[in-house]
Amino acid sequence: MSTATTTHPAEHAVADYHGGWLRWITTTNHKDIGTMYMTFALVMFFVGGLMILGVRAELFQPGLQLMKPEFFNQLIGVHALIMIFGALMPAATGFANWMIPLMIGAPDMALPRLNNWGFWLLPPAAFLLTLPFTLALFGIGDGALATGWTFYAPLSVQGGMGVDFAILAVHILGISSIMGSINIIVTIFNMRAPGMTMMKLPLFAWGWLITAFLLIATLPVLAGAVTMLLTDRHFGTHFFDAAGGGDPILFQHLFWFFGHPEVYILLLPVWGLIPHVLSTFSRKPIYGHTAQIYSFIAIGLLSVVVWAHHILTSGLPLPALIYFMFSTMAISLPLAVLFFCWIATMWKGAMSFETPMLFAIGFIVLFGIAGLTGLVLADVAADAQYHHSYFVVAHFHYALFAGGIMGVMTGVYFWLPKWTGHMYSEKLGKLHFWLTVLSFNLTFMPQFFLGLAGMPRRIPDYALQFAEFNAISSIGAFILGFSQLIFAWNIWSCVRGGPKVDGRVWEGAEGLEWELSSPPPHHSWETQPVVK
Amino acid sequence: MDRAQPAPVSHSRLIGRLLLMVAGAFAFAFALVPLYDVLCRATGFNGKTDGPGVIRDGFGVGGLKTAAAPVSRVDIGRTVRVEFTGTVMPGLPWDMRPLTLNLDVHPGELQQVSYLVRNTSNRTVVGQAVPSITPGQAARHFEKIECFCFSQQTLGPGEAREMPLAFIVKPEIDRDIAHITLSYAFFSVDGQRQTLTSSVEAR
Repeated sequence: MSTATTTHPAEHAVADYHGGWLRWITTTNHKDIGTMYMTFALVMFFVGGLMILGVRAELFQPGLQLMKPEFFNQLIGVHALIMIFGALMPAATGFANWMIPLMIGAPDMALPRLNNWGFWLLPPAAFLLTLPFTLALFGIGDGALATGWTFYAPLSVQGGMGVDFAILAVHILGISSIMGSINIIVTIFNMRAPGMTMMKLPLFAWGWLITAFLLIATLPVLAGAVTMLLTDRHFGTHFFDAAGGGDPILFQHLFWFFGHPEVYILLLPVWGLIPHVLSTFSRKPIYGHTAQIYSFIAIGLLSVVVWAHHILTSGLPLPALIYFMFSTMAISLPLAVLFFCWIATMWKGAMSFETPMLFAIGFIVLFGIAGLTGLVLADVAADAQYHHSYFVVAHFHYALFAGGIMGVMTGVYFWLPKWTGHMYSEKLGKLHFWLTVLSFNLTFMPQFFLGLAGMPRRIPDYALQFAEFNAISSIGAFILGFSQLIFAWNIWSCVRGGPKVDGRVWEGAEGLEWELSSPPPHHSWETQPVVK
Repeated sequence: MDRAQPAPVSHSRLIGRLLLMVAGAFAFAFALVPLYDVLCRATGFNGKTDGPGVIRDGFGVGGLKTAAAPVSRVDIGRTVRVEFTGTVMPGLPWDMRPLTLNLDVHPGELQQVSYLVRNTSNRTVVGQAVPSITPGQAARHFEKIECFCFSQQTLGPGEAREMPLAFIVKPEIDRDIAHITLSYAFFSVDGQRQTLTSSVEAR
């Protein structure tokens, strides 16, 4: 390590943080902001989870027992928005805030004040999204967004004021994500330690770099689409109104032009962190570092040209169907490269199975199922049957719970000792893993069969022949939901105390972040390290 | 080692470029609106039909051409079932129902059906029907000779009227299509919504 010029912003160099709660409001420190992002994500994970437990309770038996269909519709839509924009994306941004400066040898994020602002936009947005539920209790309005998270016109043009709240919340969440993305790109481009070339950049940072560019390219399109929706609702425009020469199907194209890259926005940070975990617990270097970087880039590019596979049944012309089918299937090629590299990293390694490693392996297996069922859905002929059925629900939960949330859990168990300086309870961690994996499959595996048998999604009631599998799925969902309390408890007790860990934490850990103490000092890498 | 040297001066330039990308993506969303319309008209995608005398030819923006001659041939070797349906959109106090629910037609045959439309309010209301054909591929072979959707309709207080529709399913229609649904959405025409009536738009 030799001295190099630091880029520490002058106003930030002094350890000037306020005590008490004001510290968290005004902080510009990447570690504080990372912690706030992670905490927010965990809270939202439970809020969104509670909503869907309401849904699964209603679906436990056929018929309507607990709620009106309108409320059911609100729960499923807000569940999705909360989980995607409130839990998964903030968790990934939290990882980025905490780890990217440590990994690339930067003293902080490039734009610390923007960083603070980016976080503090999230709580108001979450409040706006859920406020209509509370207002409805007092007889104001008819509840939250009831259109599903996709806001399809014309339903969303006709919907109640919950739609307006959701539109504004999406705008705020979008601005927050774009600010976060700009910050991450500038940090990675401008603040790497001397000697860290782009090809030496850790995979986690690479995954996030692609995510940040995807966010910048596609979130404004969603912002544009919901702006059109807003003007259609209140200002007499006809973007999606057939009476004025508009077209509701246009909304679906605009939405999925954002919506499909969003899937990769959620998954790329996870694909970036998984190789670090596999390499650590296999005690081998990451296999195919360069190949994985190019796969990330290929997936990022492909993800913006395949959106219409979400609307294959909307009456697209045949040449378009064929194009979207094959381009979608083409994504499985770079993805297969990633799977190959993950397995090759473990191959003949001295493997040990601590909780992060268990989650990483669980991720690979279950995310593989998501990929394979995705190929089935990409098939134009098969999709005509599977579209809008529970098969789709099961598929994207394998992608976003097993691929997204379990990937985030991998990262939390992997980095929590680094952040807190304490080891979490390995026993509780393993219990959490096994309960999560088993109940996850208990919840979602039956939904594949429900979908194959023809059960449509987003309906609060169902035909009698679906009763058994729905009951199994609901039981699984409740075990899955309550198992997460173990996760929260384990994090909480690890923050409070526990066996001390050294800087490296894990025997096989490699990278700049492990050269700092655990927890790292409030201001780290004030003198940048030199990478050989 | 120089290339990774931090360069704080370039922060603002990089941010400027990234913000330009954001603005470009936002503008792109709005550019998609006219782009999509052009693509739909060129491909017949989404059941959008053209006015009389225009047929669509294949998948391509330049594919519009004028029909040479009126249809004369009737293909009695097969029948196509046409279903009729309609929706009254919110804001229009009307009832509407097709007097014929479905009809088996030979391609090339001229057929006439009608919808019964009634004004349920006690004031004069102007409405405009917008048709849509499913499946979309059939749209270019479904030719309306006479249709109440060609112009705005005015109904007095409580007035009911049979509104006629004459059409030909052209013999060129794909043999795989044995079932067509014609759906009308009736919209209220208030002050802001006068733009619709340009003749080609409405068909």
